[in-house]
Amino acid sequence: MSSMQVEVVTPERKVVSRECKMVSARAVDGDIGILPRHIPLVTVLAPGVVKIKGESDVTTLAVSGGFLEVRPDSRVTILAETAELSNEIDVERARKAKQRAEDRLGKLGNPDVDAIRSEIALRKAMIRLEAAGAKKE
Amino acid sequence: MATMRDIRRRIKSVKNTQQITKAMKMVSASKLRKAQGALLSARPYAERMRDVLMRVAAKTDASLHPLLVAREGNRRAYLIVTADRGLCGGFNANLIRKAVLTIREHGTEDPMIIAVGRKGRDYFKRRLFNLVGDFTGLGENISFSHAKTVADAVRELYTHNLVDEVWLVYPHFVNPVTQRHEAVRLLPLQTPESTGKLEAEYVFEPTPEEVLDHLLPRYLNTVVFRALLEAKAGEHGARMAAMDAASSNAEDMIKRLTLIYNRARQASITREISELVAGAEALK
Repeated sequence: MSSMQVEVVTPERKVVSRECKMVSARAVDGDIGILPRHIPLVTVLAPGVVKIKGESDVTTLAVSGGFLEVRPDSRVTILAETAELSNEIDVERARKAKQRAEDRLGKLGNPDVDAIRSEIALRKAMIRLEAAGAKKE
Repeated sequence: MATMRDIRRRIKSVKNTQQITKAMKMVSASKLRKAQGALLSARPYAERMRDVLMRVAAKTDASLHPLLVAREGNRRAYLIVTADRGLCGGFNANLIRKAVLTIREHGTEDPMIIAVGRKGRDYFKRRLFNLVGDFTGLGENISFSHAKTVADAVRELYTHNLVDEVWLVYPHFVNPVTQRHEAVRLLPLQTPESTGKLEAEYVFEPTPEEVLDHLLPRYLNTVVFRALLEAKAGEHGARMAAMDAASSNAEDMIKRLTLIYNRARQASITREISELVAGAEALK
C-alpha cells in the first residue's frame, strides 16, 4: 500500500504535516476524497471538515475554506485561511456560538440582525462541532 | 566644587538613560525573535499560494480578471506600512521618505493614502494628504485577520474604481539590522512569473477561472500579511540597532565624563595640598 504526504498550511503556521492513506475534504462542488497517486489537481475548498486518515488513526480539522492541491508526486497541500485540529476546538465555545447565531437568525426582520453574518457564524460553529464531535466517537 | 557635583550628576543621569536603552534593546531583541518566527511560519503558505497561482495563471487568460487588468489613468493609492511607535532610528522617517519619493516619481496628483501604523498616519494627516484609511494599534501579534481588513480596504478602493493602481510601501526585512524600503505595485496584481517548465497537467475544479477567482483576493491578503509581518520584524530590528547605538553612545559619554570628573577631582586635591603647604610655609 502506498501512502502520501499531506500538509495543512495556514498563513500563520503549518498545522499538519504527516503521512496518510487518504484525505477527504469538502470542495465547493461536493466532497472529495484523495487517495495516493491521484492526478494533479487544484480545487477550491468550502468551509468544512477535513479528515486525514492514516494507517489506523484519523486527524480531523475544521477548515474555513481555501484550496487543495495535489502535486504530481502525489503530495497533498491544503491551503486554508484557518484550520483547527479537532482537539484544539473549544466545544463549549462553539456550542455557545451556535446558540447565539441561531437566536439571532430567529429574530430575522430585526434591522440589527445581519442575516448573512449570522448564517456564516452558524455554519462555522457547526463545522467546529462536527470536527470536534467526530473525534469523540 | 559645584562643577564636580554637576559632573557627578551628569554621569548619573547618563547612566540612567543607558539602563533604559539597554533594557529597550533587550526587549526589542526578544520581540524581534518572535516577529521573525512569525515571518518564517508565514512563508510556507505564501510560497504554496504563489505556486498554485502560477499554475492557474498559466492555464487561464489571466488578463481578464478584474484584479489583473491594467487601467489607464493616474489615480493611485498608496498603502504605507510604518510602525506605531518611534525610538527606532530612521525607520519611520525613511519609510515615509520612500513613500513621498515614490509618489513624486509617479507624478500622482492628490494621491490617496492608506496608512498602517501611527507614525505614517500622523505624518500624512498633518500634511493634509488625502488619507482614505488608517490602521493603527495592531499590536505585537499581527494576525491574518488584520491583514484581511487592510487588504479588503485596498480592494474596495480598486474594485469601486476609485483608483487605477495601488502601491505598497513597506520595509523589506533583509536581516535584523537592515531593511530595504520597497515600493511595489499591489493592484493590478502581478502574477508570479512562470518558471517555464510546465510540470504535469493539472485538473482545476470547478474551473480554472473559478479557482483564480478565489485565489486572487487571498493572494492579495497574503501579500499584505507578509508586508505587515516584515514591518513588525523590521521595526524591532531597527529599534534594537538604535538602542544598541544609544547604549554605546552613553558608554562613550560616561567614559568622557568620568575622565573630566577625575581630572577635576585631582585638580582640587592638588590645590588643597598646595594651599596646605603654603599655609604651613607661612607659619614658619
